[in-house]
Amino acid sequence: MIEIKNISMSFAGRQILSDISFVFEAGKTNLIIGASGSGKTVLMKCMVGLHKPDEGEVFYDGREFSKLNFNEKRSIRKEIGMLFQGGALFDSQSVEENIIFPLSILTDMSNEEKRDRANFCLKRVNLENVNQLYPSELSGGMKKRVAIARAISVQPKYLFCDEPNSGLDPQTSIVIDNLIKEITHEYKITTIVITHDMNSVMEIGDEIMFIHNGSKLWEGSKEEVLYTENPQLIDFVFATRFMKEIRKKN
Amino acid sequence: MSLFFHLGRYFLLMGRVFTRPEKFRIYWKRVFEEINSLGLGSLGIVSIISVFMGAVITLQAAYNLDGPWIPLYAVGLGTRDGIILEFSPTIISLVLAGKIGSSIASEIGTMRVTEQIDALEIMGVNPSGYLIFPKIIAAVFINPFLIIYSMFLGISGGYAFGVLTGSVTPYEFVYGIQWQFKPFYIVYALIKTVVFAFIITSISAYHGFYTHGGALEVGQSSTKAVVYSSIVILLFNFILTQLLLT
Repeated sequence: MIEIKNISMSFAGRQILSDISFVFEAGKTNLIIGASGSGKTVLMKCMVGLHKPDEGEVFYDGREFSKLNFNEKRSIRKEIGMLFQGGALFDSQSVEENIIFPLSILTDMSNEEKRDRANFCLKRVNLENVNQLYPSELSGGMKKRVAIARAISVQPKYLFCDEPNSGLDPQTSIVIDNLIKEITHEYKITTIVITHDMNSVMEIGDEIMFIHNGSKLWEGSKEEVLYTENPQLIDFVFATRFMKEIRKKN
Repeated sequence: MSLFFHLGRYFLLMGRVFTRPEKFRIYWKRVFEEINSLGLGSLGIVSIISVFMGAVITLQAAYNLDGPWIPLYAVGLGTRDGIILEFSPTIISLVLAGKIGSSIASEIGTMRVTEQIDALEIMGVNPSGYLIFPKIIAAVFINPFLIIYSMFLGISGGYAFGVLTGSVTPYEFVYGIQWQFKPFYIVYALIKTVVFAFIITSISAYHGFYTHGGALEVGQSSTKAVVYSSIVILLFNFILTQLLLT
């Protein structure tokens, strides 16, 4: 479980996040939704320590993270997997080396064990015989799957996904969504997914937080999101004519 | 103000670069990769420039030292001192600032804008140490060999072209390069080389590491890396010459 309390942050005098609190439950896919520029990625980066919030605290199963130094954060980071928007695979390393890398840094596994673990993770994301390929030789969907494989290679307790479906076709998006959902439930991971894809919201959203202009305006389940009376959330969820018609029918 | 900001941030970054690595084994592997990439990858350009610059220095020396009171071995002497004292350590370092400096800044800058550095940090890796430390160690180790190689090729090029064009006889040239040779000149050149190698890698890495934005900013960082490392090399060339040769 991850709990954030009163997170606020500003850049160059501009308020990006205002007093956001939320509890992200373990074994659930917790979604952060909101329009582009609403502060979702900044919030996630505050949670993992890539940004330091001006105010507020982040608790990983009761351990306060935001005020620790680099070495102290390192012990918690061993339990974190993160899927970046563009995959963030290391260009100079092959697929197998990318997956083995965090194992080499964070564990004392032998080379054989690391290779076995890499193969297991690749199989888990339905990718095989790509071990020696380089990121430049992979499609967008394959890159995302390799990035997921790398994120789960260290058996994380906390999984962060920043727009896992961006740039992917609808079918591949569903594959990635299902993969995240399965992994979350299978390993009881606390998963946090940033998205503005409503298909993803309806497919995998166990708990949802809606951010608008840096403030949390709504939280609830995917069932509740369809019947919300929050005007900003209605504008966000029912942005297309198709979705507006669905709302009218309901 | 901006100068002090960058100086402060540069020294803070260097402080993080030289902290204890997470796993020495991984760092050493990276050092050898960097030696291959930064050092051996520069052999071609260093060879071509050294041979032709050695030839030109010899021909210009022969042209300018043409007179009844000037012995012909002065051509070899001028070539030797020009190459050992200035051309190989300084000019080749400036060339390397262009070649490996831009490469380092664009590599690290691209990693920054594609969130690869964030990914390292999430994994509990000190990204500045992991990315920059091996490059600095590799360059400081391999550049002196490159410079010695450049000296050898420069003097050989001068000899070959000087003799082929009839500007100097083999005996006079060899006599000139041996005449009153001071081994300290080599030490001086190597001290400069090590300092310049540190300047090139650390300044270029600094500009790459603090890149923000996209492809345009990566290009700008690369340009800044070359410009600032070249300026600092010239500044330290003056300082070291003043300290070591006077």
